[in-house]
Amino acid sequence: MAKARTFQDLILTLQNYWAGHGCLILQPYDNEMGAGTFHPATTLRALGPRPWNAAFVQPSRRPSDGRYGENPNRLQHYYQYQVILKPAPANVQELYLGSIRAIGLDPDLHDIRFVEDDWESPTLGAAGLGWEVWCDGMEITQFTYFQQVGGIECDLVCAEITYGLERLAMYVQNVEFVYDLAFNDEFRYGEVFHQNEQEFSAYNFERADTEILFQHFKDAEKQCRELLTGKKLALPAYDQCIKASHAFNLLDARGVISVTERAAYIGRVRALAQACCEAWLASPMGAYTPRFA
Amino acid sequence: MPDLLLELFSEEIPAHMQAQAAKDLERLTVGMLTDRGFLFEGIKAFGGPRRLTLAITGLPAEQKDVREELKGPKVDAPQAALDGFLKKTGLTKDQLKVEKTPKGDVYMAVIERKGRVTPLVLAEIIPEVMAKFPWPKSMRWLPGNSVRWVRPLHSILATFDGEVVPFEFAGIKSGNATRGHRFLSSGIIEVRRFEDYEAALKKAHVVLDASERAEIISHDLKQKAFALGLEPIEDAGLLAEVSGLAEWPTVLIGTIQDQFMDVPAEILQTSMRTHQKYFSLRDPKTGKMANRFALVANMLTKDGGKEIVAGNERVLRARLSDAKFFWDEDRKHSLESRVEKLKGIVFHAKLGTQFDRVERIEKLAGEIAAKIGADVEKAKRAARLAKADLTTGVVGEFPELQGVIGGYYARHDKEGTDVANAVRDHYRPAGPGDAVPNTPVSIVVALADKLDALTAFFGTGEKPTGSGDPFALRRAALGIIRILLENKLRFPLKVSDELLTFFADRLKVALKEKGIRHDLIDAVFSLGHETDLVRLVARVKALQAFLKSDDGANLLAGYKRAANILKAEEKKDNKTFTREVLESHLSEPAEKALFAALAKARGAIIPALEKEDFAAAMQQMASLRVPVDAFFEGVKVNADDKQVRENRLNLLASLRATLHQVADFSRIEG
Repeated sequence: MAKARTFQDLILTLQNYWAGHGCLILQPYDNEMGAGTFHPATTLRALGPRPWNAAFVQPSRRPSDGRYGENPNRLQHYYQYQVILKPAPANVQELYLGSIRAIGLDPDLHDIRFVEDDWESPTLGAAGLGWEVWCDGMEITQFTYFQQVGGIECDLVCAEITYGLERLAMYVQNVEFVYDLAFNDEFRYGEVFHQNEQEFSAYNFERADTEILFQHFKDAEKQCRELLTGKKLALPAYDQCIKASHAFNLLDARGVISVTERAAYIGRVRALAQACCEAWLASPMGAYTPRFA
Repeated sequence: MPDLLLELFSEEIPAHMQAQAAKDLERLTVGMLTDRGFLFEGIKAFGGPRRLTLAITGLPAEQKDVREELKGPKVDAPQAALDGFLKKTGLTKDQLKVEKTPKGDVYMAVIERKGRVTPLVLAEIIPEVMAKFPWPKSMRWLPGNSVRWVRPLHSILATFDGEVVPFEFAGIKSGNATRGHRFLSSGIIEVRRFEDYEAALKKAHVVLDASERAEIISHDLKQKAFALGLEPIEDAGLLAEVSGLAEWPTVLIGTIQDQFMDVPAEILQTSMRTHQKYFSLRDPKTGKMANRFALVANMLTKDGGKEIVAGNERVLRARLSDAKFFWDEDRKHSLESRVEKLKGIVFHAKLGTQFDRVERIEKLAGEIAAKIGADVEKAKRAARLAKADLTTGVVGEFPELQGVIGGYYARHDKEGTDVANAVRDHYRPAGPGDAVPNTPVSIVVALADKLDALTAFFGTGEKPTGSGDPFALRRAALGIIRILLENKLRFPLKVSDELLTFFADRLKVALKEKGIRHDLIDAVFSLGHETDLVRLVARVKALQAFLKSDDGANLLAGYKRAANILKAEEKKDNKTFTREVLESHLSEPAEKALFAALAKARGAIIPALEKEDFAAAMQQMASLRVPVDAFFEGVKVNADDKQVRENRLNLLASLRATLHQVADFSRIEG
């Protein structure tokens, strides 16, 4: 198998591979979020009895990981490739290894290992068991069997496969500095994103107005609660939950949340997530409706 | 006799759970077999990355017939009791027998079960074992099925005497097939018995036995290091872990880039160990860490592992760049400048911030230093800086390096060797195998840190319980004990009685290993005024030596006799005998001799104790043995004359009081 030469080749290869295995190819969600798991196609669709297979790229923002474009591999904005298979097929590990072959990593030449790494998201009230997948000592994928989301036990256990695209590309392209990645044949990753990292690091750590952010958090929380009273609107409410979560992450990066407050804020976001998940399960798409009824 | 082979094949089992899982599989299966009357010759259990295996040899082909007699309620018991018994035994009333007992007639149930053929029993108990398997963490994976396993289960191999034991668990039918290494073998392997199984797995690149995997790794590590003139730095925990991460372990050697070699070895080693599970190597002559590392792969490749090593070196470069970045960044700010930041780190909700803690430790260190004659200013300085490394990037990344990193940064800040070493060593000893600080300033800060933790947590009532010691207070107390004793440091512990008792208990544990009797520690501690552990231990040791001698053993017997008599008579008279012995009332030679001996000994024991000449004090006690023995032989304590009797009892009380100057003999066992 030829190696995926560029960053976008890598994405296209994964898209084709998972499309070929019956996944819906979705597009990124248009809200800032810390990980692909926040995408409603994961969080909400993981719940309830309906099967669901989807794959998508999700830009992920982790404000406190900003390094002003100076760290070789740490970014406050990066891409995750997320696959969600519900229920998890019995051969899901094999399917995953097939995707690794597809992008040009031959398991017969490398040392691929599934190393225990149970996953937990306190903000989403979600937890699962799984591994980080190592290739020659590098973590290239997070592999999780969801057990719980929004504090609710999953009816059908799904497998979530999350590739850190930049890291994987660095490995495939044999590059040590993320900004040196070939995005396509013409552009380097740095030409696309270096300034982005510099400016957003300054924003995350120095310039973000904390008063405004605290207000954002409160507003999002309030709106979310309102949308969940009366005739419930699960999806717009969940949007507000994501917004609250991101506001919290920014405040955290600005260093204005103390250790004790931190737990309280996380608890508030979790309460929203839980309420949204419950509303989703009561909604037509979330509740059980046989496909051809 | 026939054998059982059982293999439970799943997706990757966490390394740290494998050994216990193998033990649990063995324990639960043995339990159920024994309950059903089975004996067997041998059993072996194995845990690995993808499989748990159990092999039982010499298991009978049939279960023994079982006859069980169960005693039920009395015949005149209420109906409900009888109904319950019938339900429990599954019998009807007319199937019960009545038996006469001294307490009346009772119902008896006789249950006879014909033994069944073993595979039938196995098919019943294996799924039961699996259903109640005590994984520390397990998961569901099947739609509409709440069955749990550590990770999805893929196959069950179960044979008895070479034939499949048929049953079903988690929708999987048992069979005689398994699989080999994920990448180094393909297809199904069919087996009948353990011997074929183990051999077939080896051919399919799976080493079944974890201890064999560990041996292979350990051996190859040494060989490959030796070839480079190096040796591996032993790490039993890491060895156990990597043995659980590879079915076909292969040791490969990589190189650490020179640019990282001036980062402290502790940082390199910790980074390699925690993030990458690599072994560090060193030069056996100098003990210096080498620029090589060893990794354990689960793979054989046609390029001899070249790509694997290159990949791992690349990952390590990124990891160490991170570590080096923190190391370089951290040193841009002095430890002194970091102390203020400790105000933002909560130590404990009831005990304030790390800054508050530092203030307390600093004050305490000043006091201790003055008492033991260490440099007060240096001790206070070191205490002030001791916790500052908690704000550094390196400690943020590797919390286990706290202290060590502070030591490096203190040296970088030119704080002086004494201060830097004290910062480095103030958490020590980290465990029973770790050395204690042995220079004055380091001793002071290590003591202050631990004493503060003990007094502070005891003050808030957060004492260790039988099951939990979240703040490691036992270790802190033991650390203090070791620092004091090993440095022969004369430092009275001025703490609450409760805390002193806690120390006494720790001391007993610590000295038990050295063969010192806990009852003697109690006997000296309960005198109540001893807070100097060094003196206490010297006294206990002298006492123990004395009690081993003939004189000591006899004197103890004499003491017990005296104490028993006193106890009985004091109870009878309803008073204690504490009066002066009146010499004029002594008549028998033996009591006169004891009186004289006691007077002489008392006069000598106290000065000897004051001089801490415990051997001399014991010698004085030894001198009492002959007169005590003679007294009991020749003198009747309970004389008819009331005054003579009281005087003799007072004499015995005086013996008791004299011995209690050395230790509370009533606490001594034997």
